[in-house]
Amino acid sequence: MFEKSVAELSRALGSGEVSAVELAQLFLARIERFRAFNAFLDMRPEVTLAQARAADRMRAEGRATPLTGVPVAHKDIFVTRDFASTAASKMLAGYMSPFDAAVVENMARAGMVTLGKVNCDEFAMGSSNENSAYGNVANPWNPGAVPGGSSGGSATAVAARLAPAATATDTGGSIREPAAFSGITGIKPTYGRASRWGMIAFASSLDQAGIMTQSAEDAALIFNAMLGFDPRDSTSIERASEDYTRDLAMPVKGLRIGMPKEFFGKGLKPDVEAAVRAALAEYERMGAHLVEISLPNAELGIPVYYVIAPAECSSNLSRFDGVRYGHRASEYRDLADMIKKSRAEGFGPEPKRRILIGTYVLSHGYYDAYYLQAQKVRRLIADEFQRAFRECDVIAGPVTTSVAFGFGEKAADPVEMYLSDLYTIPGSLAGLPGMSIPCGFGDRGLPVGLQLTANYFEEARLLGVAHRYQQATDWHRRMPGGIA
Amino acid sequence: MRADWEVVIGLETHAQLATKSKIFSGSSTRFGALPNVQASAIDLALPGVLPVLNAGAVECAIKFGLAVGAKVAERSIFARKNYFYPDLPKGYQISQYEIPVVQGGSVTIHVDGVDKTVQLTRAHLEEDAGKSLHEDYHGMSGIDLNRAGTPLLEIVTEPDMRSSAEAVAYAKALHSLVVWLGICDGNMQEGSFRCDANVSVRPKGRKEFGTRCEIKNLNSFRFLEQAIEHEITRQIDLIEDGGRVVQETRLYDPDRNETRSMRSKEDAMDYRYFPDPDLLPLEITADAVARVRAGMPELPQAMRARFEAQYGLPAYDAATLTASRGLAGYFEAAVAAFGGDAKLVSNWVMGDLLGRLHEADLGADAAPVTPAMLGGLLKRIADGTISGKIAKEVFATLWVEGGSADTVIEAKGLRQISDSGAIEKIVDEVLAANPKSVEEFRAGKDKAFNALVGQAMKASRGKANPTQVNEILKRKLAG
Repeated sequence: MFEKSVAELSRALGSGEVSAVELAQLFLARIERFRAFNAFLDMRPEVTLAQARAADRMRAEGRATPLTGVPVAHKDIFVTRDFASTAASKMLAGYMSPFDAAVVENMARAGMVTLGKVNCDEFAMGSSNENSAYGNVANPWNPGAVPGGSSGGSATAVAARLAPAATATDTGGSIREPAAFSGITGIKPTYGRASRWGMIAFASSLDQAGIMTQSAEDAALIFNAMLGFDPRDSTSIERASEDYTRDLAMPVKGLRIGMPKEFFGKGLKPDVEAAVRAALAEYERMGAHLVEISLPNAELGIPVYYVIAPAECSSNLSRFDGVRYGHRASEYRDLADMIKKSRAEGFGPEPKRRILIGTYVLSHGYYDAYYLQAQKVRRLIADEFQRAFRECDVIAGPVTTSVAFGFGEKAADPVEMYLSDLYTIPGSLAGLPGMSIPCGFGDRGLPVGLQLTANYFEEARLLGVAHRYQQATDWHRRMPGGIA
Repeated sequence: MRADWEVVIGLETHAQLATKSKIFSGSSTRFGALPNVQASAIDLALPGVLPVLNAGAVECAIKFGLAVGAKVAERSIFARKNYFYPDLPKGYQISQYEIPVVQGGSVTIHVDGVDKTVQLTRAHLEEDAGKSLHEDYHGMSGIDLNRAGTPLLEIVTEPDMRSSAEAVAYAKALHSLVVWLGICDGNMQEGSFRCDANVSVRPKGRKEFGTRCEIKNLNSFRFLEQAIEHEITRQIDLIEDGGRVVQETRLYDPDRNETRSMRSKEDAMDYRYFPDPDLLPLEITADAVARVRAGMPELPQAMRARFEAQYGLPAYDAATLTASRGLAGYFEAAVAAFGGDAKLVSNWVMGDLLGRLHEADLGADAAPVTPAMLGGLLKRIADGTISGKIAKEVFATLWVEGGSADTVIEAKGLRQISDSGAIEKIVDEVLAANPKSVEEFRAGKDKAFNALVGQAMKASRGKANPTQVNEILKRKLAG
């Protein structure tokens, strides 16, 4: 049962083959058994089981949705009433929120059962999960490899079948990169589709919640419950709710798939390129047309991102001052000293680095040269995607230059680490929906991801295109060894 | 002020907007609650919260923009002003920086009988911070976040004022305008309306401005005047003694009547403003402006002109009656209820009514004598039922006991005596009792006539029709 997809679990729950309580117990036991992966930061079995019992009651009373009783893990960036919410930072050790994040609320309303909170990079800043204050997360495919980040705990939880689904967030690639490294399906919707209410902010203009699952079909089922307009988030987009499963059966015959030539150039490792090209050939075989497109400014994505994201983060993280909640230094001389020491002790090196960069680029005299300029280039990159979408329906390419790297391999060189997000950042800057689906294996038997990007609000089409591939291949059903 | 110096003043005013809830959260803005009971998760800046703009605050800004003839921006931007302070929960204040919602405009002031126009630079929306409480916590400070997130309109003038009197006149005109518009309660003790003054001096005739100092947080007109006066003297003394004014922020201490330095330009903070990514640009459509315009009250200046034209009132009366919307409304309602001479209404409103309102510290809306009651009273003066003097007595009774003029007149038997037979009888008695006055009158002393009229009125306990008393007395003395 543990290896089943959300769609399969939904059917099993519907037919009475399994109860929500049984599923909760099964996954709680697995999480316990694979504690060494360090995917989970907070578990409260009594809370999980109470939710499972409520889900079974919903079903008994005929109020079940397709997701009622399906377990899910939440990235520790979402605040929750019943579990600690730390953003994987010492700053928020043990912090209990008085309210649930909107996506947590939405999924609970559909009857999904929370297994616990999963590890991530501190305040979602990182590409390997090595920045968590609570330790590394193992990649179940290879204990020496990183799971990716920042949603590394979510990726490992789904890859190791510790949860059929896990929420995640993407600011510059934090869903797609770990999904690729861990051999699972991960999707971020259009910016504004998922409410940011209750998501601990890193870079507000980029942060977007998404989901990690085994398949595109599962993601579509969950999006139906998870997304939607929220008046509490001013950047949430007011649109009629839609059925994200509606295009799952749509054939790809005649679909124009754009291949950005810049994403197949220098730096792309041969093992990754081979798997990605094979996937594109598969689409061709199914009747899609491959079109070469160009995103000439995409390479500026990284410098632009590392101005905008730190600028916003330097301001977003100012609220952690030790005054009202969170870590407060035990000894200090005066107010300024209290704030300085609390922040110096509470934040890890990566948030500190980004706060410094962000403070610098927003400083008087530098603002125009950095922040304003970065915003202009961001606009150019977004426009470039719009031009590309005149020539193609979806854009496909690699998610990362390489398969998952080893622990410590890039930790010493922040810039090298930042380059991990080369292919994912442009889409984030444009606010486009994007996903990663497993498309084979590369060096050391590690998974390779295929990145698919669609135009604004075309999540249903994106999921349909991914689903057709997953109907024709079985990469997404492969599991790491040793987890059975 | 010394004759060879010119003073240059600009004001920045924070008007707290009279919305029920905060600018970015649903918490109440009521004043005086127990600490932190009006602080929601948003006001506390808990992890994961987001701001949502209160449309009511925007409407206030539009009203203000229309009232001062400013441009209401179709698109303005909320920006974050970043600094650490314990009563600033997010570590930044949401304000407007490069593109404010209200641009330009002007306010007209009257000083020494002269009209002067003060140009506004801008007015922008922002949130207030909380309060640090330094007493009663045994060496620690308390934080009250009830005020955090209260909507403010910061109104900035050009450096157009040339004396403390002009600055005070501007502050008063602005105060009465925002209260008139209903966008601010104007309560200065509670901090709903507070000014910062930028003051500099220069030798008369010089074009360039002198170095300015900003004096913070002046929450009464008297403090504003004293602080500016003090600052002018300080700057002139400094320069005349060969020193230089240093650009800095100064705090006024009303107990010592002096300003002292808070921070110099060198330690000025870098607020690292940038557009708030949690809020979309504020877009105000022409339709929205038109809707607000349709609901705007008549503005004081227009009303003053109308009062002069429509009611034939002197300029002084029109200005006094339009000092507040409540008083102006009272006057117009009383005119309608009375139906007679508007000048008579004006005299009563400016006289007995205002006097008693001041005494009781009440607004015109709360006057125990309503416009209808006053109208009823004036009708009885006009139709000769009572004299003006008796009317004052009736007014006093109405103020305390309520009722109508007619019931009071009846109950107290105050109806004027207009029966000439009865008045003749009174006059005969007065003439008989005051032979000395009669003699003096006949000897050519006009004053004696007035004394006799007074005696006759007194004998009637004020109720005799004075015109008839005059006529009858004249006739009898002549005869």
